[in-house]
Amino acid sequence: MKTYTNTGNKDTRSGFGAGLTELGKSNENVVALCADLTGSLKMDEFQANHPERFFQVGIAEANMMGIAAGMTIGGKIPFTGTFANFSTGRVYDQIRQSIAYSGKNVKICASHAGVTLGEDGATHQILEDIGLMKMLPGMTVINTCDFNQTKAATLAIAEHEGPVYLRFGRPKVPNFTPETQDFQIGKAIQLTEGTDVTIVATGHLVWEALEAAKSLSDSGISSEVINIHTIKPLDKDAILESVKKTGCIVTAEEHNYFGGLGESVARVLSQNHPAPQEFVATMDTFGESGTPAQLMDKYGLNSAAIEKAVKSVLKRK
Amino acid sequence: MPNIKELEDLTTQVRRDILRMVHKVNSGHPGGSLGCAEFFVCLYKEILNTKPGFDMDGIGEDLFFLSNGHISPVYYSVLARSGYFPIDELNTFRLIDSRLQGHPTTHEGLPGVRIASGSLGQGMSVAIGAAQTKKLNNDAHLIYSLHGDGELQEGQNWEAIMYAAGNKVDNLIATVDLNGQQIDGSTDSVLPMGNLRAKFEAFGWTVLDIEEGNNISAILEGMAKAKSLTGQGKPVCVLLKTVMGNGVDFMMHTHAWHGKAPNDEQLEIGLAQNPETIGDY
Repeated sequence: MKTYTNTGNKDTRSGFGAGLTELGKSNENVVALCADLTGSLKMDEFQANHPERFFQVGIAEANMMGIAAGMTIGGKIPFTGTFANFSTGRVYDQIRQSIAYSGKNVKICASHAGVTLGEDGATHQILEDIGLMKMLPGMTVINTCDFNQTKAATLAIAEHEGPVYLRFGRPKVPNFTPETQDFQIGKAIQLTEGTDVTIVATGHLVWEALEAAKSLSDSGISSEVINIHTIKPLDKDAILESVKKTGCIVTAEEHNYFGGLGESVARVLSQNHPAPQEFVATMDTFGESGTPAQLMDKYGLNSAAIEKAVKSVLKRK
Repeated sequence: MPNIKELEDLTTQVRRDILRMVHKVNSGHPGGSLGCAEFFVCLYKEILNTKPGFDMDGIGEDLFFLSNGHISPVYYSVLARSGYFPIDELNTFRLIDSRLQGHPTTHEGLPGVRIASGSLGQGMSVAIGAAQTKKLNNDAHLIYSLHGDGELQEGQNWEAIMYAAGNKVDNLIATVDLNGQQIDGSTDSVLPMGNLRAKFEAFGWTVLDIEEGNNISAILEGMAKAKSLTGQGKPVCVLLKTVMGNGVDFMMHTHAWHGKAPNDEQLEIGLAQNPETIGDY
């Protein structure tokens, strides 16, 4: 089985910051807006380099989304930055009307997604954002897995015409994808080849899926791990091709199982190739305060949970 | 010098368009549309400095954003009569497969429209964003926007009003249609907004009133003044005092015609009060 090396834990939000810094230098149409979370979103370097293209909006996310929509008129490519909760649920109608329905080229960049935001607790831990955003017609939805992939995705979405939701997180997590990579929106990445089960993971759960696959391999179970960084549009060919081979699937995400990656995969399977599926996700619940590791464990979002799900789904083949 | 008679004739024709459009589909918002007919005519015929044709980016021209999108009938009528799309297309208002949706949108590619509006309170932010892009592009043209007075009850406006002053967005002229009416009654009875001039001033805007918002000369004079106040470090607010339903006597001074179409008989009365000038669509 192909193995991956953690080159050192890093936060995905810093990958966004690094990508934005690079975009600042390479694309003069890129502008950045932030709602009083510049440090948390790692946008400070862009702000320092390009004060004239950085817009501090204050604690007013609805206004930020509207301004971003307006800034596209005249050719700018606005990147908005705040926590995932305030990037989606708080401003859903602004995104729906002024950005998605109006077809505006806004990049909604959302940090601190999911329970791994940690101690701040459930008010800040959105687990519904993927569902909210994937339901908007024309919205591209991306959830990256490590620093390098987040940086690559940040660069890629600037080249994509149309609204994008880019989701990443707060904690330092293994950085294992290549430092230089060509990020293709909507194209899944097969990380390991396997024959018994397909594990489709997104975001922080990708590394956990690799850890699970390693452990399962010791028990003689061969797992095909696929990194789905783009939840919409979903790479259904990659999923179907793998499931036709393995005959079952586990989806893994740091999100509610209502509305997340798992449901998108289930739809693809039910329409094309019905197969047993297990969901590693939060089970229609809010989060709570705790360390990221404690929360991942308590809410069943780690490699142990993925292993358990694989063993369940194999019995249903 | 603008020909006031021509602008008045066009306004009368626009009123006919509004009445006929909403009557045909038995839906739509004639009250606010009629109240803003003079403003739209002045805006598109005399105030906006626009390029021929239409492109989304609007670089090198003034831009207008309608925030209170429900007054789409007056917007569509004046856009069509300013050459943005064929006047005959007014026949398709609110019909299936039309570019003239109930509320304006970019989705169907209607020339003249740069943002969807309808869900209220969002247009001020959009206008500010477009104004800041104008500055980044070193484009000296202005951004104009229109908002309902009732619409100011939406909180996003006040985020935007605070931001525009704090960031010296002085290439923006935001006009508030002060007709004092909203769906459930007068603005004072639904949610009193107090002294709007004082509120905008307290937030750091330059404010001017147009007391006769249904008088072409008063609008032209007031908006010229507003333009002269741009570029001085403050956003400019125009409080445009209009009469809802203006020009159709039984629709005036009431919220009753905010979102209700006239029946056949009422249409005839309304049209008789506004004889055809430059020709019906």
